Amino acid sequence: MDTILVIVAIVLLAAAGFVMGRRRAVVRSGGVSRSLHSLPNYHGHFVALWSAVPALILLVLWLPLEPTLAMNAALDYFQQHIAEANNLETIRQSKLALLLGLSPDQTTIRLEDLAADQFGLLQTEIRNMAAGGASTGHAAFMQEVADVYSGYRETSYILMFVVCLALAGAGAGFAWTRIAPEMRARNHVERAITWFMILCSTVAILTTVGIVLSLLFEAMRFFAQIPVTDFIFGLHWSPQTAIREDQVGSTGAFGAVPLFAGTILISLIAMCVAVPVGLFSAIYMAEYADNRVRAVVKPILEILAGIPTVVYGFFAALTVAPFFRGVGESIGLDVSSESALAAGMVMGIMIIPFVSSLSDDVITAVPQSMREGSYGLGATKSETITRVILPAALPGVVGGILLAVSRAIGETMIVVMAAGLGANLTANPLEAVTTVTVQIVTLLVGDQEFDSPKTLAAFALGLVLFLMTLCLNIIALHVVRKYREQYE
Amino acid sequence: MTHLRNDPEQQHEYPETTAGKPTVDGDAKVAARGANVFYGAKQAIKEVSLDIAPNEVTSFIGPSGCGKSTFLRALNRMNDIIDICRVTGDIRLDGEDIYDRKVDVVQLRARVGMVFQKPNPFPKSIFENVAYGPRIHGLVAHKDELDEIVHTSLERAGLLGEVKDRLETPGTGLSGGQQQRLCIARAIAVSPEVILMDEPCSALDPIATAKIEELIDELRGNYTIVIVTHSMQQAARVSQRTAFFHLGNLVEMGDTETIFTNPEHKLTQGYITGRFG
Repeated sequence: MDTILVIVAIVLLAAAGFVMGRRRAVVRSGGVSRSLHSLPNYHGHFVALWSAVPALILLVLWLPLEPTLAMNAALDYFQQHIAEANNLETIRQSKLALLLGLSPDQTTIRLEDLAADQFGLLQTEIRNMAAGGASTGHAAFMQEVADVYSGYRETSYILMFVVCLALAGAGAGFAWTRIAPEMRARNHVERAITWFMILCSTVAILTTVGIVLSLLFEAMRFFAQIPVTDFIFGLHWSPQTAIREDQVGSTGAFGAVPLFAGTILISLIAMCVAVPVGLFSAIYMAEYADNRVRAVVKPILEILAGIPTVVYGFFAALTVAPFFRGVGESIGLDVSSESALAAGMVMGIMIIPFVSSLSDDVITAVPQSMREGSYGLGATKSETITRVILPAALPGVVGGILLAVSRAIGETMIVVMAAGLGANLTANPLEAVTTVTVQIVTLLVGDQEFDSPKTLAAFALGLVLFLMTLCLNIIALHVVRKYREQYE
Repeated sequence: MTHLRNDPEQQHEYPETTAGKPTVDGDAKVAARGANVFYGAKQAIKEVSLDIAPNEVTSFIGPSGCGKSTFLRALNRMNDIIDICRVTGDIRLDGEDIYDRKVDVVQLRARVGMVFQKPNPFPKSIFENVAYGPRIHGLVAHKDELDEIVHTSLERAGLLGEVKDRLETPGTGLSGGQQQRLCIARAIAVSPEVILMDEPCSALDPIATAKIEELIDELRGNYTIVIVTHSMQQAARVSQRTAFFHLGNLVEMGDTETIFTNPEHKLTQGYITGRFG
């Protein structure tokens, strides 16, 4: 029972179709390839596509349908025979009876009377027994039902195999008969490829839409329990809610302001590091460094972007944060060991390449004629850079910086390891703050129920975070596009 | 007849000294003696000696790759931007060696302005484009003075009438010919003594070209102009003296009229009659 086998068979058929289609095209052209509208390979691809595509589509439709049909058949069998002989008795002796809530005086089980979870349980039991897996006591009758289920699946598999291969063969045959020198195989194949590309981009777009919708709906469930205004304007964040009545615990406070303040504080510190360092190294590399220096320094700077964020995370937590605390203590400052400063600085170092690489690209893209024009008027190098090059490159540089900001806002690993968990509302970078991403992680790590405000809050936070980075990205893309229009 | 270039016999035809009259009798504005320009190991200009007379238009002509633009850029040290470029020999502006250590290249370029082949206005407003030079050189103390310089420069470049109500719009929004005149206005604004023009009309249509040529003729009274051009008609129309370059050599130089009617050298003859180029 292997779907892979069906796919392999279809692909082999398609390959055979390719060879035959190609040969037929050559034969039909009488060996004069000039008389063919399309090259023989296109005829081969034409046959292969006709063979593989309909069969694969059928397979994709069949696969989810097949277990459903088999399950329906099995349940039918269950309903028809449950009242017979000792069928019910065997169930009564297994644990399944308990799970289905079977009472002693019951003579039959009516499927439509079962609760949704019991019905689901029954189906799982059938599937498990058919797979030979763990079950709740092997009731003989259930084994019969499971056999019906697996019997159907087996038949269905054979049927699927036969039908798919027949379709592949028929498709190939149909295409093969159509091959003629004047047939526009290239156009057909190219159209098929276009559709394939459209399909791929649709997958990407639909995934994005799916994620956004899921965020949106889960966030709406959260906002049904916690008012939007409490979430957006609340100053207190304490997501722990009591699970049982008698439990000691707060009722939960979901004011997200401290989280966003923390995120913005850390991102701000990161940008204070990344923007000057990135921009000045970009200016150096684009305008001052000679080619040999540039060839070495630029890749090294870009290695920064390749370091896993988890490495930055423990670098921040184990090296930078204690260092800051030590320095702070020596000059009489009280620095938290999980200070926003340490997390922000390390995050800033991480995003230096975003700023420097993009800025370097846009500065280099400023036409040489601008530099010559400025030098030709007797401008110095620094005057040329500050008055001509940077203004011309500014939109691109801003675009790069905005992309870096959205990276900083969404960054998780560094802050999980180096920033704190306590939601302090403070602007002091020496204190511990927490960020949106850290809270999302802590809300969802471990065993959680997914219908309490505590876990649903993660979706609300995610939604706001997504909207923030989305806006920044849109602004960045817009700025970058505006820049492009200027020179092209 | 491009084969001339590859014919070894013809290669040896260069005279020991440049034909015609490369020097002038009075004081030269710019004087080069035995100037060489190298790109790495390749020599682009070979032992060129010539004078550029003040308040005249001198044109450099010659086939592509002959080194005329390279030599032009040596006159205000624009070649300094190129790492591998090296200049030897003696080039003087008003008797002062421009490659001397003491010379500040920034001041030199303020005295020797340049207009490029492709109009290259900065992505700033028309006003800011012209005000750029005076600002960086600190030529003005007041906004009024700056306004005045911008207006007279645009006026001299023959552009004021067309742009005076839209000085705040981007310079890049002008037509090609207007952009080139804006670049000339930008160069004039720092009151240079010499203006170097590197094929200023090659990217323009005939009408815009005619306007620029007219402008060059008007500017001649106040500035010394050197123009590199591919168009022999243009050289004949605008310049008083013409230099003909070939493969890095200055083959012949003299009064424009003489060069075009009675050239001494065979190569010059061949080039101006269109036998090669």
